Amino acid sequence: MRSIRAAAVGAVTMSLALAATACGGGSSSGGGSNDSPKTLTYWASNQGASIAVDKKVLQPELDKFEKQTGIKVKLEVVPWSDLLNRILTATTSGQGPDVLNIGNTWSASLQATGALLPWDAKNFEKIGGKERFVDSALGSTGAQGKDPAAVPLYSMAYALYYNKQIFADAGISKPPATWDELIADGKKIKAKGKSVLGAEGANVSENIHHVFVFAKQHGADFFTADGKPDFTDPKVVDAVKQYVDLMAKDKVIPTGDAEYAQNQSVSDFAKGKQAMLLWQSAAANLKSQGMSEDAYGIAPVPVQSGTPGTGAQTNSMVAGINMAVFKNSHNLDGATKFVKFMTSDEEQKVLNTAYSTVPPVKTAQEDAAFNSPDTAVLKQTLATSAAALPQVAAESQFETAVGTAVKELFADAAGGRAVTADSVKAALEKAQQQMPAA
Amino acid sequence: MSDSPMAPPRSFLWSRRIFLTLLTGFVLVPVYVMVSSSLKPLADVTGKFRWLPSGLTFRPYIDIWSTVPLAKYFVNSLIVAGAATVCSVVIAVFAAYAVSRYDFRGKRVFTVTVLSTQMLPGILFLLPLFLIYVNIGNATGIALFGSRGGLILTYLTFSLPFSIWMLIGYFDSVPRDLDEAALVDGCGPLGALLRIVVPAAVPGIVAVAVYAFMTAWGEVLFASVMTNDTTRTLAVGLQGYSTLNDVYWNQIMAASLVVSVPVVAGFLLLQRYLVAGLTAGAVK
Amino acid sequence: MTTTALKEPVRDTSPGAAREPRRRTGRIRRVGLPYLLLLPALLLELLVHLVPMAIGIVMSFKELTQFYIRDWGSAPWSGFGNYKVSVDFDAPVGEALLHSFFVTVGFTLLSVALCWLIGTAAAVFMQDTFRGRGLLRALFLVPYALPVYAAVITWVFMFQHDNGLVNHVLHDQLHLTDKPSFWLIGDNSFYALLTVSVWKGWPFAFLIVMAGLQNIPRELYEAAALDGAGMWQQIRRITLPSLRPVNQVLVLVLFLWTFNDFNTPYVLFGKAAPEAADLISVHIYQASFVTWNFGTGSAMSVLLLLFLLVVTGLYLLFTSRGRRAADV
Repeated sequence: MRSIRAAAVGAVTMSLALAATACGGGSSSGGGSNDSPKTLTYWASNQGASIAVDKKVLQPELDKFEKQTGIKVKLEVVPWSDLLNRILTATTSGQGPDVLNIGNTWSASLQATGALLPWDAKNFEKIGGKERFVDSALGSTGAQGKDPAAVPLYSMAYALYYNKQIFADAGISKPPATWDELIADGKKIKAKGKSVLGAEGANVSENIHHVFVFAKQHGADFFTADGKPDFTDPKVVDAVKQYVDLMAKDKVIPTGDAEYAQNQSVSDFAKGKQAMLLWQSAAANLKSQGMSEDAYGIAPVPVQSGTPGTGAQTNSMVAGINMAVFKNSHNLDGATKFVKFMTSDEEQKVLNTAYSTVPPVKTAQEDAAFNSPDTAVLKQTLATSAAALPQVAAESQFETAVGTAVKELFADAAGGRAVTADSVKAALEKAQQQMPAA
Repeated sequence: MSDSPMAPPRSFLWSRRIFLTLLTGFVLVPVYVMVSSSLKPLADVTGKFRWLPSGLTFRPYIDIWSTVPLAKYFVNSLIVAGAATVCSVVIAVFAAYAVSRYDFRGKRVFTVTVLSTQMLPGILFLLPLFLIYVNIGNATGIALFGSRGGLILTYLTFSLPFSIWMLIGYFDSVPRDLDEAALVDGCGPLGALLRIVVPAAVPGIVAVAVYAFMTAWGEVLFASVMTNDTTRTLAVGLQGYSTLNDVYWNQIMAASLVVSVPVVAGFLLLQRYLVAGLTAGAVK
Repeated sequence: MTTTALKEPVRDTSPGAAREPRRRTGRIRRVGLPYLLLLPALLLELLVHLVPMAIGIVMSFKELTQFYIRDWGSAPWSGFGNYKVSVDFDAPVGEALLHSFFVTVGFTLLSVALCWLIGTAAAVFMQDTFRGRGLLRALFLVPYALPVYAAVITWVFMFQHDNGLVNHVLHDQLHLTDKPSFWLIGDNSFYALLTVSVWKGWPFAFLIVMAGLQNIPRELYEAAALDGAGMWQQIRRITLPSLRPVNQVLVLVLFLWTFNDFNTPYVLFGKAAPEAADLISVHIYQASFVTWNFGTGSAMSVLLLLFLLVVTGLYLLFTSRGRRAADV
């Protein structure tokens, strides 16, 4: 008797669940509308020193936009640790912002969910045409052959930041142009009691950005031409090993950095404990930590040999932030207007100056404000020697799987375990098998 | 046992002394670190650890309010945890009274079901719950997702099973003659509950309330998915101190202390009830 | 609430009263009242626990990847596909799950044992009054009362490689290690996690055992003392056996809480836990949220739930049988 009753309860529960499933599924309708033309919500990514700083930078611009168009923009600055999750929940529920910033490497992944408005020729026309944007930035807006899922907003590139004083003390006259030079310089720097190069060993994304570039320098790719993961290619293994070896074998990255995940290496650099840092657009960050602009120099990221360029001479990913419109927006026209506003020459200058990034808009980039020595290096890198991360739907899984593998390899190196070609290969093999089959 | 007929032997006294001293150290060190680091200048907490601060500063306690909107998170947590506690206690009192005082069909199914939800891994129902809230929102216009209301509902249910179970135990220990007398005096069953059983069960109810409040105040997983800028609670908001630049450890410690004080103080003030409540309710 | 029918005692111990004729409405009220009282709790349990659980089970049979999350009703059924992937222990996904499962079991057993041991010892030692007992008791409850994130983040601060207290004490002051150890990455992370978990969890055992001790009749001790039993013997012969029913519940609750704990590892290690401390809740979180594969994540959760059901069932079966035998 009791079991019958329990079964009945179970059945009721189950049918309720199925009913919920039947109506489930967020937003199958898909299309957006223009039901609320007077307001927009905007999720900005955290670009400045803190969320409060971002609000200070963005709010005046939003007010300007309201004055021009009468559309009020509700701003939320979402921390990086939350952003992807928030986008994911917004996608699942169909309840998201109208306009949002995304890390440009996520473009293809988010494109695959179908939640973002595709930027076809017609939509691009509304914001002044695709030709306004730099090619390298457009290369990181979605899978090839599809309409971009987002529009470039800020561009960044990696550069080598070096502490002039430490270099002078160690008798180094110019920043290293190759990894061998960097390792050689490292010995001189260590002799002076400073640490050589910073890294964020436990930061999955940072790891990906670096091993991607190393792979390029080895003439390899993490994905085959038709988008299949190929992490165990011997060249990829060599590339990953070379990066981890900077800690394991060459000892230029201090072992302590293996647990860094919250930009502690930037602090180490700003405090003058460490001679070099590979970072994207660090100027504003360093300034807010009290490091004066004369104290450091900026140079292209080292290559294997020769000078930075395309192919094996790649020395940075195309880093940056894209702006996307949520398909479910109730103010599609307003959202497009807002994207147009944010990518206008004037706003591009204001915003990219505030964040020490490079405008992905050609005309804005030519402004004198972006000709300072450090921006010049970034601009040069973006124009000639940066490559976009793979634009495949599984990109975010790739970041997690391979980034975590590299994190574990750093942990091995820091813990004194040998990092061998075999151990690297095993880690990458495991990462590859965690990738979605499709 | 204070006046037990035999004085404890030396071996007992010494073991006690050693054990309790070590344990006190284990408990105290993190507390000391939290307090002392919150009074250190940033240079002290980002450099090598030192037991004593190089200088004392109250700056972190001023800065915490501007680095992240801590006051807003605090209010959110207070509303969410407070409302969840009140609702959870009221609902648990009713349910426990029914189970303790009535015989009815399905009683066993109910208690077993409710208790077994304790073993559900939160991760299993995080996404489904989120979808349900969204769908309720779409269908009825009641915003549960992202609102404090949704979080309150979630948290109060988290503490419900344990609360009901404890109160059943406690109510069972309140003599039935008392509420039967009240019924004879013309109170309804609810009157008997409110006037007789509840006052007699105050320690149990306090224990349950403390538990419910702590559950809601400290939850991280659901808060991280189900809140937004305006409804964020402390558990998630505290992550804001590690920014793009630097980890403000002194501020993290100061903020941790500030958010801990209300719970710890309340907990310690009410611990007398807690032990009494547990004695009668949970461990009989 | 003036219905006369409600005056009768609720417990039907007096047969005469129960057979008294009653008005119909009174009867419905009387029969309906317990259900009415249960209704709010029942509805909430359905809304927040049971229905989501059922949906979670449904989801575990779907191929719910990034391509379908936007409209997950349209996600294709995958049959037992997600389960096959999860339990294929020769392939990395299953292997990782199994590894994570073993880590979790090991961690949980150790943590529960230590929590119970420390909690019981402290409660027994503090059964007697002595100077400072009240203060000590309050102090001991602090770790439990602290919000999880506040407590755990303090431990993160202490476990840092370069600047943490733990390495400062072990390496710089006591010279126990050749070089500073890593606690938040690598193999030691298991011990770091265990330490935090025990630090946070033992006061709960302490609290419960303390409450349990109050229910032991003093006469038992007095009688034992008259028989010449010393302090240690009293503890062994009276205190510990009397605590058995308390322990039965305590150990189960500690086990379930520790096994399912998400907050501690998540705050301690972030989204990607080190392999040595890859607890199953965080593992599943990563499998679903970070890799966007909610179907597989749900299948793993369901497997976890089944495991917990079996363990709890067996545990209750054996302990209550043992208890009954002991009672006889």
